[in-house]
Amino acid sequence: MSDLETFRADTRAWLEANCPPEMREPVRSDKDAVWGGRDQSMLSPAQKAWMDKMGARGWTVPDWPKEYGGGGLSPAESKILREEMQRIRARNPLNSFGISMLGPALLKYGTEVQKREHLPKIARGEIRWCQGYSEPGAGSDLAGLQTSAEDKGDYYLVNGQKVWTSYADQADWIFCLVRTDKSVKQAGISFVLFDMASEGVSTKPILLISGYSPFCETFFDNVKVPKQNLVHEENKGWDVAKYLLGHEREMISGMGLGAAGGNPLVEAAKKGADTILRGQIALFEIRAKAFNAMSEKFIDDLKGGKAHPAQPSMMKYYGTELNKSRHELMMAAGGSDALEWESERSNKGSGPRAWLRTKANSIEGGTSEVQLNIISKRILELPS
Amino acid sequence: MPLYLNDEQAMLRDTAKDFIAEHAPVKHMRALRDANDQTGFSRDLWKSFAEMGFTGILIGEDNGGLGLGHVEAGVVLEEIGRNLSPSPFLATAVAAVEALKGTAQAGKYFPGILSGDTVAALAIDEQAKFRDSVALKAERSGNGFKLTGKKQFVAHGHVADLIIVAARTAGSADDEDGVTLFAVDKGAAGLTAEAERMADSSLTTRLDFDGVEVTADAVIGEVDAGRDPLDRLLRAGRTGAASELLGVGGGTMDMTVEYLKQRKQFGVLIGSFQALQHRAAHLYSEMEVARAATLRAQQMLDSGSDRADEAVSVAKAQAGLATMLAVQEGVQMFGGIGMTDEFDIGFYMKRQRVLAEMFGDANFHADKLARNAGY
Repeated sequence: MSDLETFRADTRAWLEANCPPEMREPVRSDKDAVWGGRDQSMLSPAQKAWMDKMGARGWTVPDWPKEYGGGGLSPAESKILREEMQRIRARNPLNSFGISMLGPALLKYGTEVQKREHLPKIARGEIRWCQGYSEPGAGSDLAGLQTSAEDKGDYYLVNGQKVWTSYADQADWIFCLVRTDKSVKQAGISFVLFDMASEGVSTKPILLISGYSPFCETFFDNVKVPKQNLVHEENKGWDVAKYLLGHEREMISGMGLGAAGGNPLVEAAKKGADTILRGQIALFEIRAKAFNAMSEKFIDDLKGGKAHPAQPSMMKYYGTELNKSRHELMMAAGGSDALEWESERSNKGSGPRAWLRTKANSIEGGTSEVQLNIISKRILELPS
Repeated sequence: MPLYLNDEQAMLRDTAKDFIAEHAPVKHMRALRDANDQTGFSRDLWKSFAEMGFTGILIGEDNGGLGLGHVEAGVVLEEIGRNLSPSPFLATAVAAVEALKGTAQAGKYFPGILSGDTVAALAIDEQAKFRDSVALKAERSGNGFKLTGKKQFVAHGHVADLIIVAARTAGSADDEDGVTLFAVDKGAAGLTAEAERMADSSLTTRLDFDGVEVTADAVIGEVDAGRDPLDRLLRAGRTGAASELLGVGGGTMDMTVEYLKQRKQFGVLIGSFQALQHRAAHLYSEMEVARAATLRAQQMLDSGSDRADEAVSVAKAQAGLATMLAVQEGVQMFGGIGMTDEFDIGFYMKRQRVLAEMFGDANFHADKLARNAGY
């Protein structure tokens, strides 16, 4: 057997032995996702066991270096692990902004101290991060952000407001864009990290059309941020921000793949759809399966150094539009059952609430229109 | 196996790109059309494809071929698509070769395909829309069979040296089993071929089998077990057509994006208009996704995956849909000149339409997937 074949056999055996049966069930709602963090009281025993076992092997972040809590796997080994997890329909042990966004940015821009401090805690799910990017006056025009960080010698004094901060009320730490120079736009932005328990930080959940509040307003009132928590150089935060956005877009594009384990849309179609809806679902499935191939290709291209730097924008655009279509079709297939908002039978309206939640997919992390602008300019090189 | 071309495959792509752009660019197709060519392709070009080794890509080394796979065949087909090169490559060197592979006929036909002397045609379709049904009858007659029925949309059927015919030896038209594949040689008695010029200037044939006698040797594989070689043929044909579509769509997109950077109206480049930028960017996304789906299908065929069939349908459908968008956006964005015969883009639109129908269109494949998934 080749090394990779051995790795596959070992991985298969380990997953079979260690992935709890509950963690092979389809993800039904947001609550099924494991985010980690200081407060793990929400986790079921199976979720906790799965996260801890995978975390101990570094397989929550299989391709991060071992010294920072990762699995140190090669691209080929990571691919095998993904395939083997898909084979048994294993859920991700841990989904977090630390894994999908901050981690890659720290690996590229962080100091050795910052990496050793933060990355292992992300890998083991001990600290949950949130993202302080958008502000009331800075949405698509993110670089117009105004939250200020005043130089006070050994610390910054941060004042301002963020908005659409996902799960800020449940997060332990924040990675945050702040303005350290008001005279220039992009070149006056810095990237800082701080504890959400710091004095002067407050959050207020925003009630959304889904009836849930995954997003918050986040306020900073004279928050002291030690200077060693600056990532990359002062006023060079925009480089970090853009790099991280690429990873955020990759993560959001994963929405296009649908939930792990089973295909609720196909299940709904089996229960009976008229011929026109059946055709729409079938054509949707073609696009979804093609996008699935694209997602694999995108990862391979990234690891092989062949991906265009703006390709995450294409992935984000396609994946989120696809996910919105998926949920529209689920609603159509579900008929009046899919409209129940509170019943136990509907799992408290998880279907319609998820449908409404997807409408944010093409807004958060840069709107579809922003992604199309980026593809036009950077990939197709169309004129301004 | 990562989903991108390895170094050898990328080298083959560069070779095919240069060779086909030089010897069979769009103006080659235009010249054949303008001369009212009655063959449908250039035999000299087919010979030179053989000299380049292209016709032996899918033929095993034990048969004198290169022993490569569908990824490599796809690389050549994409350049054929990009240049709209009329060629029997897809029918002969891809679909027919896959059907014959491992059968007693391989030894008979592979040498001619390798040397560029043999052209094959696929007599599969019996109706205007592709269906997985076979009604053309093959009845036992002496030591052989007698074929009776009609086929249509048979590329190169009027000039082919070898016609692969799907025939019914048992059961009824829509049955999965009871199909036998035959290799019928040129000039068989009772076979009439009526060539039809298609919208894209290619020639396809309506074939009428009026009691065509063939010997038992003409059976490809086993009697009543033609579904295996037929499925191989269809899988290869579909992925191949998907690759050719990628070339048609990619060529269209490149020409269109280039035009957006040159054409001025209202004193500015039209490519600076966001209305066009967003449509171009959307098209780019659809083409990328189609490319990934096609490469995955080819890799799965090459590795013998049991999930290849689904991947092939996804590739054929997505490549058809993405390329349809490409040619529609192309003609629209070129404006009036896109409507002229003098300009090439209309040829791309016509070719897309033909390839989209070949071996089942997007709706056919979506339906097939839905049935297999149980709805």
